[in-house]
Amino acid sequence: MVNTVFKAALFKDPRYYQLGVLSVLLAFGVTTRAFEISPLQIASIFAAALAVQFLGSFMTAVRFDPRSALITSLSLSLLLRADSVPPLMIAAAIAVGSKFMFRLYGKHVFNPANAGIVALLLMSQTVISGAAWTTPGQWGTALWLAAALAGAGMFVTYRSARFDVPLIFLSAFATLIVARALWLGDPLAIPFLRLQNGALVLFAFFMISDPKTTPDGALARAVFAVGAALIAYVLSYHFFISDGIFYALAAMCLMRPTIEAFDPAPHYRWGDPVSAPHFMPRFWRRRPDPLPAE
Amino acid sequence: MNRSWKKALFAAASATAALALTGGAVAFCGFYVAKADTKLFNQASKVAIMRDGDRTVITMANDYQGDLKEFAMVVPVPVVLEEGQIHVTDNAIIDHLDAYTAPRLVEYFDEDPCRVYEREEMAMAAPTDAVTVTAAKRQNGYGVTIEAEYTVGEYDIQILSAEQSDGLAAWLKDNGYMLPEGAEATLGSYIKQNTKFFVAKVNLEEQAQTGLKYLRPLQLAFEHPRFSLPIRLGTVNAPDGMDGKQELFVFALTRTGRVETTNYRTVKLPTGQNIPLFVKGEFGEFYKSMFHEQVEKENGRAVFLEYAWDMNWCDPCAADPLSQTELRELGVYWLEGGDRSIMPRRPSPGGAQDVFVTRLHVSYDAEHFPEDLMFKETGDRSNYQGRYVLRHPYKGDATCEAAKAYRAELPERFEKEAQMLASLTGWDIDDIRDKMNDGGQSFEPPKPTPWWKKLWGGEDNKEG
Repeated sequence: MVNTVFKAALFKDPRYYQLGVLSVLLAFGVTTRAFEISPLQIASIFAAALAVQFLGSFMTAVRFDPRSALITSLSLSLLLRADSVPPLMIAAAIAVGSKFMFRLYGKHVFNPANAGIVALLLMSQTVISGAAWTTPGQWGTALWLAAALAGAGMFVTYRSARFDVPLIFLSAFATLIVARALWLGDPLAIPFLRLQNGALVLFAFFMISDPKTTPDGALARAVFAVGAALIAYVLSYHFFISDGIFYALAAMCLMRPTIEAFDPAPHYRWGDPVSAPHFMPRFWRRRPDPLPAE
Repeated sequence: MNRSWKKALFAAASATAALALTGGAVAFCGFYVAKADTKLFNQASKVAIMRDGDRTVITMANDYQGDLKEFAMVVPVPVVLEEGQIHVTDNAIIDHLDAYTAPRLVEYFDEDPCRVYEREEMAMAAPTDAVTVTAAKRQNGYGVTIEAEYTVGEYDIQILSAEQSDGLAAWLKDNGYMLPEGAEATLGSYIKQNTKFFVAKVNLEEQAQTGLKYLRPLQLAFEHPRFSLPIRLGTVNAPDGMDGKQELFVFALTRTGRVETTNYRTVKLPTGQNIPLFVKGEFGEFYKSMFHEQVEKENGRAVFLEYAWDMNWCDPCAADPLSQTELRELGVYWLEGGDRSIMPRRPSPGGAQDVFVTRLHVSYDAEHFPEDLMFKETGDRSNYQGRYVLRHPYKGDATCEAAKAYRAELPERFEKEAQMLASLTGWDIDDIRDKMNDGGQSFEPPKPTPWWKKLWGGEDNKEG
């Protein structure tokens, strides 16, 4: 009986799957790919994220739920690097803190891990040079493959949840860089090399896909994903910013309330099934009631 | 003639630098190890890149050995350069940078096992050299514009912009450049990305005046957000030997920290391993085999980190750190001009130079490296060096109990060294064991002391 309930939760709430996959990727990366992050740094990220989650829950009087903070911690451990501990703790605190601080229409504005990464990258370029950085090139083919398979696995397992975002994002991004290669007369090996990037796949399946920070309407989600791909492309190829995907997601999160206004839909709750996409604008619907913070 | 052109054109490509440089060149230099007397990697290019924000200074060293009349180089650059942005420097600076960052062999001598300490001596250094290129001239009807022409040092330089790849290819061919098949597409890609082409040939009169037998490195200074090194022209036509691969060494000089590639994996070479003593006589071969083996392990797709260090010091030093004058020459503009020539070998409190050097080594071809190398500067200031250790066993007399245990452990230690060497280089383990035996590293366990030797003490019969 308990077992059945547990199983039901496991297959209904994609966070368990994410926790499992991200943990395995991190273990694999640290042991075989020589990810440059120490156990102390990882522990500090978790400590800071959970502490802020606890504090935030306490202050907003909601039940403490560590799951989302754990996922944020794993994402940061996988994607962000620093020479010391404090920058990573600051990133974790900003990431989780942003959920409580920046809210609009009952939802947090930014994807938590993304907010932490972008804040630290901006800080590194202005205040403290080199405080933290990302390592987009360090994943290698095996890890990329693992992340891609895990992402695909999640799509199959939880197809009811809104995992159309990663597919739309990746398709749009791939279309843009393949089109660019065709226009330049470059061999297709070049765009494929760019797509075989562990950080990109992780970003698509485990960050931008977060149902809490993507629009609730199917059409709005598509606009959101395509917009992120477009901004990421422009930042990467016209401004030569190697962290373009992270800035792109932050920008789209800022624009999300506007996009949602044209396609309102009920807020997602973890475990909710989501109706099949229907691409008819629903301007007439009212904005749904806000949910409390998690 | 054709061949050497091709060679020159394509080798050069590898050497280039930030933002679109593509160079074709060809003659390369080699990688020298063990006090630079063994040529290790032929056809290697050496490029130093100073990068701070968008500011970039690229220094391309070449070891061109052919007829100077045939020397030419084509390097894609992001902007049209003014005369003051082009400079010729001295080979010695790149050689110094190479020596300072080279992988090193270190020796330790075991002390009397009845005491316990270790001493260190260091042995050697190594590598590289680099690139050259080819060049061209001339003008209209091709859709090619000569944006500028200068003579800098011994080089006649032109900066071209083009509208069409076939026009540019025709122009280059009519001006004596041999383009291999496939180059046009690559040129076209660069043209569409609004890249300019820096082409250089040797001005024989000026060259004669220098009185030098070799060509000096060319330097380019410019500002552009893209931090990359064009290698694509160099991969169009694989040179002979080296499995069709080209060797490139990049020395990055930055303010914040280590540099890595974003579109390829940057892997640290294995370091710190104990290896058999006979390697001292063939460190060059060892290093070459090991590098090749590691390239294979990464399926030919990785860029290797060989050195990452604060320019203030080194330990052990393969060569002294570069002086402020040398660093400024390489583009490190933020250092004061004052001359504190030789920097201390050990960290000097408060005397930070604020220069971090990264040495990357890549063996590339078109199949495994289809795109130019894209770099990013990280905040990582942790030190890394390629360092290999020889441990000499204690040779003197020692009679204490610890000495017996010490000697009993030696065969096992030698076996570990043999296996380490085999795994690093792919060399045959039996050959390694034979060489070690010949060199006095025996795998025979010492004979056990007969029980009766202990009966009446060692007073009368002293053990050796």
